[in-house]
Amino acid sequence: MRAMTYRGPYKVRVDEKPEPVIEHPNDAVVRVTRAAICGSDLHLYHGMMPDTRVGHTFGHEFVGVVEEVGPSVRNLSVGDRVMVPFNIYCGSCFFCARGLYSNCHNVNPNATAVGGIYGYSHTTGGYDGGQAQYVRVPFADVGPSVVPDWLHPEDALLCTDALATGYFGAQLAEIAEGDVVVVLGAGPVGLFAARSAWLMGASRVIVVDHLDYRLAKAREFAFAETLNFTEVDDVVLHLKKATDWLGADRVIDAVGAEADGNLLQHVTGAKLKLQAGSPVALNWAIDAVRKGGTVSVMGAYGPLFTSVKFGDAVNKGLTLRMNQAPVKRQWPRLLEHVRAGYLTPRDIVTHRVPLEDVAEGYHIFSAKLDGCIKPVIVVDED
Amino acid sequence: MTDAETPYVAGPARRPVDRDALRTRIPGWGADLDPADRPSYPREVYDPAVTGAHWDLPEAQPELRPRERSVEHARLTPVFGTSAPLHGASGAVRRLAYRRFSEGRAAHWFLLLLGDRVDAVESHVRSLASRRPDDPVTETGVLAEARAHGIASRRGRVDVRHQVLDPVVVAGPWVAAVGAGAWAVRALVRRARR
Repeated sequence: MRAMTYRGPYKVRVDEKPEPVIEHPNDAVVRVTRAAICGSDLHLYHGMMPDTRVGHTFGHEFVGVVEEVGPSVRNLSVGDRVMVPFNIYCGSCFFCARGLYSNCHNVNPNATAVGGIYGYSHTTGGYDGGQAQYVRVPFADVGPSVVPDWLHPEDALLCTDALATGYFGAQLAEIAEGDVVVVLGAGPVGLFAARSAWLMGASRVIVVDHLDYRLAKAREFAFAETLNFTEVDDVVLHLKKATDWLGADRVIDAVGAEADGNLLQHVTGAKLKLQAGSPVALNWAIDAVRKGGTVSVMGAYGPLFTSVKFGDAVNKGLTLRMNQAPVKRQWPRLLEHVRAGYLTPRDIVTHRVPLEDVAEGYHIFSAKLDGCIKPVIVVDED
Repeated sequence: MTDAETPYVAGPARRPVDRDALRTRIPGWGADLDPADRPSYPREVYDPAVTGAHWDLPEAQPELRPRERSVEHARLTPVFGTSAPLHGASGAVRRLAYRRFSEGRAAHWFLLLLGDRVDAVESHVRSLASRRPDDPVTETGVLAEARAHGIASRRGRVDVRHQVLDPVVVAGPWVAAVGAGAWAVRALVRRARR
């Protein structure tokens, strides 16, 4: 089969690889129709995530058609059109039993600090991902769901991570009616978090980024006020003034490990890998939220340490909430919102590239060229 | 009340909200207003019956070749990925990271990052002897620059100043691979002359 493979930092190509097989009785093999490149794939692409191996296939956002099922699979049949959450999880361990699907203990031998994720290095279990013609889907009775007939394939695709993560991030922010919410980052997760904040009763939503085209999208798609942080001397001070000198009630970090805004932090974190990413957004979140407020961290960081301003968080009495999204817990409500038109996921898709052009897709997304917000890889017909 | 007074006085208990105006402007405003009626509330809900799992402990996936694992795991997990098994010098470095250091130790992660860099060098060298050597032009996707308005897209952006480091990150393993190759050839030539 044809599959995207990692060749080292900033280098990917499409290779011929053996088709996946049933390795466990509850496995399925899915023929991928569409996959997406996620902002967190860029951390792998840039060589930031430990144990990212040459030959590994990325891709944790994908939809497709069931091609084969293992002998113990009951809930799926060959030919089903499925959406697959980015989490790989057993459904029965200590953590899954409590709804912490993203923290499953039975799927990742390489680390206990994170669950299983498709195509996201061996630090999350060493599973090949969905930027390929076929993918192995473990625990087929637990993770995937059949795509409802009314749901557009690209809306289903975005439910597998970006939309679910943004919506989950807004929930973790503990938004109450009337809250002022700041979202750092106008990428796909930030846009969805900003849009979701309104559903939870926000009275103002302010999105911060440095890319004007993404801020324009935040105004149009997420009905948000926007701030280009390169146009102000001090983003924290600006946000304090914009929130009656209080600070925002809730701040959502939708940036993560490759934040710009501080050259030293960016170079030591994102380029030299001396810390687990650049905590610029996280530090701005801690400083820009009001005392007693909540910071929701949706940005992805590596497993090493980062230079976070933790003293400020303590002294301000903040609540810091974070996790990888337990995607399937979000789906019933998300699908209601998509059907009602409250959330319009595929509006953020800007680029559609064939699998054979995946290297160019990564470069465009990574370098933020051509107004790129969300690239989708078109692998096969639905 | 002026802006400058807000945090210095109590103010109202809740910020006043014009629900009708917000509902007119924002599709679905307030649809998830009740925090207790949100899908991830509360964070932990003990209900193993809802996941679809029909096992207490999943059947074990056959371990067809030795599988590295974190020392913080009591045993190999029942299911695991089989992408890109350990091999070569990078495999030795990664094996050491897994066998010797827990996830709590910085050495664990730095060794894994070192293994990644060694893996890139090994793979580049190996590809040179294959029918499909690595091609940094096509694999970096830079050919998209012209089509995707590379210059116009970057104009005035704050991140351009550190994007100049990207070629160093890309070329680093190549420089290292060439250096290692030259060293190996020199060592072989010297040995042959003895």
